[in-house]
Amino acid sequence: MKNIRNFCIIAHIDHGKSTLADRLLESTQTISDRDKKDQLLDDMDLERERGITIKSHAIQMVYKNGEGEFTLNLIDTPGHVDFSYEVSRAIAACEGALLVVDAAQGIQAQTISNLYLALEHDLEIIPVLNKIDLPSANPEEVKDQIIDLIGCDESDIIPASAKTGMGISEILEAVVQRIPAPVGDPDAPLQALIFDSVYNPYRGIEAFFKVVNGRIRSGEAVKFMATGHQYGADEIGVLRLKQEPRKEISAGNVGYIISGIKQAKEVKVGDTITAMEKPAKEAIAGFENVKPMVFAGIYPVDTEDFEELRASLEKLQLNDASLTFEPESSAALGFGFRCGFLGMLHMEIVQERLEREFDMTVITTVPNVSYRAYLKKNPEKEIIINNPSEFPDPSTLDHIEEPYIKAQIITKSDYVGGIMNLCIEKRGILKNQVYLTSERVELSFDLPLTEIVFDFYDRLKTISRGYASLDYHPLGYRETEMVKVDIMLNGDPVDALSALIHRDNAYDLGKKMCEKLRELIPRQQFMIAIQAAIGAKIIARETLSALRKDVTAKCYGGDISRKRKLLEKQKAGKKRMRQVGNVEIPQQAFLAVLKLND
Amino acid sequence: MAGLYLHIPFCRQACVYCDFHFSTSLKYREPMVNAILREMELQKDFFKGETLQSLYFGGGTPSVLEHEEIVALVQKAFKTFRWAENPEITLEANPDDLSQEKLTQLKAAGINRLSIGVQSFRDSDLQFMNRSHNAEQSISCLQNARQAGFNNITLDLIYGLPNMDDEAWKDQVRQALNLGVPHISSYALTVEPRTALHHKIEKGEHRPLDEEQAARQFKILWEMLDKAGFEHYEVSNFARPGFRARHNSSYWQGRPYLGVGPSAHSFRAMHRYWNVSNNALYRKAIEKGELAQEYEELSEKDRFNEYLMTALRTREGLDLLEIEKTFAPEYSYYLMKEVEPVLGKGQLHLQNRRLFIPQEWRFHSDGIAASLFYI
Repeated sequence: MKNIRNFCIIAHIDHGKSTLADRLLESTQTISDRDKKDQLLDDMDLERERGITIKSHAIQMVYKNGEGEFTLNLIDTPGHVDFSYEVSRAIAACEGALLVVDAAQGIQAQTISNLYLALEHDLEIIPVLNKIDLPSANPEEVKDQIIDLIGCDESDIIPASAKTGMGISEILEAVVQRIPAPVGDPDAPLQALIFDSVYNPYRGIEAFFKVVNGRIRSGEAVKFMATGHQYGADEIGVLRLKQEPRKEISAGNVGYIISGIKQAKEVKVGDTITAMEKPAKEAIAGFENVKPMVFAGIYPVDTEDFEELRASLEKLQLNDASLTFEPESSAALGFGFRCGFLGMLHMEIVQERLEREFDMTVITTVPNVSYRAYLKKNPEKEIIINNPSEFPDPSTLDHIEEPYIKAQIITKSDYVGGIMNLCIEKRGILKNQVYLTSERVELSFDLPLTEIVFDFYDRLKTISRGYASLDYHPLGYRETEMVKVDIMLNGDPVDALSALIHRDNAYDLGKKMCEKLRELIPRQQFMIAIQAAIGAKIIARETLSALRKDVTAKCYGGDISRKRKLLEKQKAGKKRMRQVGNVEIPQQAFLAVLKLND
Repeated sequence: MAGLYLHIPFCRQACVYCDFHFSTSLKYREPMVNAILREMELQKDFFKGETLQSLYFGGGTPSVLEHEEIVALVQKAFKTFRWAENPEITLEANPDDLSQEKLTQLKAAGINRLSIGVQSFRDSDLQFMNRSHNAEQSISCLQNARQAGFNNITLDLIYGLPNMDDEAWKDQVRQALNLGVPHISSYALTVEPRTALHHKIEKGEHRPLDEEQAARQFKILWEMLDKAGFEHYEVSNFARPGFRARHNSSYWQGRPYLGVGPSAHSFRAMHRYWNVSNNALYRKAIEKGELAQEYEELSEKDRFNEYLMTALRTREGLDLLEIEKTFAPEYSYYLMKEVEPVLGKGQLHLQNRRLFIPQEWRFHSDGIAASLFYI
């Protein structure tokens, strides 16, 4: 056990985490040049394209120096706020962390919140100043930021460039010298912390764990303590570039287990594996049942694809346990599913994976958070509202509560004013303002989660010209005043466009929604009235004039191909539209409310 | 049956709405004519046994050509390709080019159909469009053409013009009818990218066109011409019986045509070809004995969609038997499935195994055709 080191990498998106991981794997000859693919740890296409890590993985390296042979387990962590619980479990499995900071961009909110998580778990922090080779690097200032933040010596910071390979051997040596070996009792009853799982279509669910105490043996009967499920440990092993089966994995080490589990939701990140024979008395602390934060309807564009959509969502759920869904129906869209997501990014990823991996064309409706309503006749009883259609008649309502979050925003001091305005407009309450350096400010706000859902990221990015990073944590529920804003097309309400909006913003948003829909809905052969209403009261109206001319005047030899291609595009676009009443609505109009300020 | 198109890429001045290929410098007219003659030679094997029934001088403004040039082009065309009896030979002309002398020469050169770019009988409209003629020239050239022995004449009229109310438009149609031409092409003013008109609207110097006005005036047009005995045989084309444009009809009937000259398009069987839209590059290639063209191969789907798009522009519409004969069976099934809701909306009629767009929906022809496209 004294030759094991378990560590993770804390970094902001694009600060070079994946490239650094690749260099470590190369340098320890865990991968040969032949296997080399850039950013090896991210193996979903989507991840590589977006440059973010969605699912975490772990990989084991063998490092030799004069003192002997060391087993290094690198536990990769997802890099987005939507997945902060998964990050916390991955961190809990480690004794140390590389804090990777981009020498040009400095520390970002995401990095800080993950760093705090790491410090809470007493991880040894090794600061790495990455991208030192960039012309725009500002190493001195960024070093000061790091020193301020973790109180280390300047000499503790390792300058590096994952791109060129500079600093890699220093990092490996620091991992061995500075990170403590895991502690644990190999003879105690088994306690293994599950920090991730993946779905393998041939082998079922593979769960990744760290043995905290005791040892796990191949073939023995095990129990997952939170879910209470029992399995046989059909195969256990360590995670090299490929999985390597082992007879036994003991305290301090990291491995995988395959036990015939078919569905990802049976494996909960943070759960404890113990042995049936001599079970542990207690589970490892910190387990939470992750709950979806954002809900939206997902409908097939073609109503006939409903069953296929269900099958696709089921398959997605196999490797994305945080996705929830249940059937719902909409008067406008027919049959679909109410899906729960960890956050907005998660929602986008699910939608994209449905389209890419399952070739589904879907409509995603206006997302909302989960509200709690209390009725006059029974004010003690909480009613959970995950869908605007469940919103009770306002006259029966005693009060309603909405979820709040604590948002941490780190930005350049120049943008503080703009960001403050945005957060105040979004009903935020400023809780704290700290100057990290003379130029970098950390703002803390209590914000309603629903306001983050409605075009917060995009505007934050615009206001700060990209120099703001955001992290958030749930704060619980607070009383609020929400109204349901309905959208009507030619007098018919389109339930899929309804949104729950704070009373103070309802008029403004209703107007903007009508304007945006007018832009997004193509003109049709008749006039279309677009109205927003609260109950029976119309609060905004836009008119889309009828298409009166839909023909090329001249169509001679040279015009035919060009025109045909244009019309083919038009028809392909129509296939992605949904007819509601007699109006054809393009897919993106259903999410219009998210982009009201474009 | 096939057609030959000659593109004469010169104009005296640029009309505000025009996005066809032309140059306003006539400096290289002579070498261009030589290049066109040479291209016909290079393309002599383009047709595979088809006989030609139409020759069309388009542009640009073919009436800027000298008599000898027209004669040389017509003779070359006759020598190079195989012709049917009594081919239609059309020349597009601007009224200000059509002197009595010119008309006599055209007749002598073998031109038997004139397409006259009248556009409007109001000088204010002509000025707005930056046309080089006036209303009086339009009227007198038509009378002269008649005298020179032309009876197959078509004129172009534009509607949807700014400052042209419905009464003024009715008056335009009336004047055209009074001139007794057997064919009228009438186009809704359209804002094409990279035209002066587009630029003016973008800059806010001109207000955007009024679609409602265009739709109303289209209706006025076909109603008046219908009463006068014209067939509305294509979206923008009207003819008295026996006077349809044979050449242009080949575009809507999927017949082969060869286009010669810069920017000209050709079509035969599975391929479309187009010459470079640049006078200098075109001449340079041709002078080296090479064609300056690109082409695309049309898939079955492309051809099916093109057939729908062009056939539905015509009064007769598309022929379901023709589709069964020409395309794989799945296309017929697909079409029947897609057609059903459109028939239900009354936007298509089915008669004698032909599908056509009824008069009141013809201003939506593109959208209706697109809704049937195979994607």
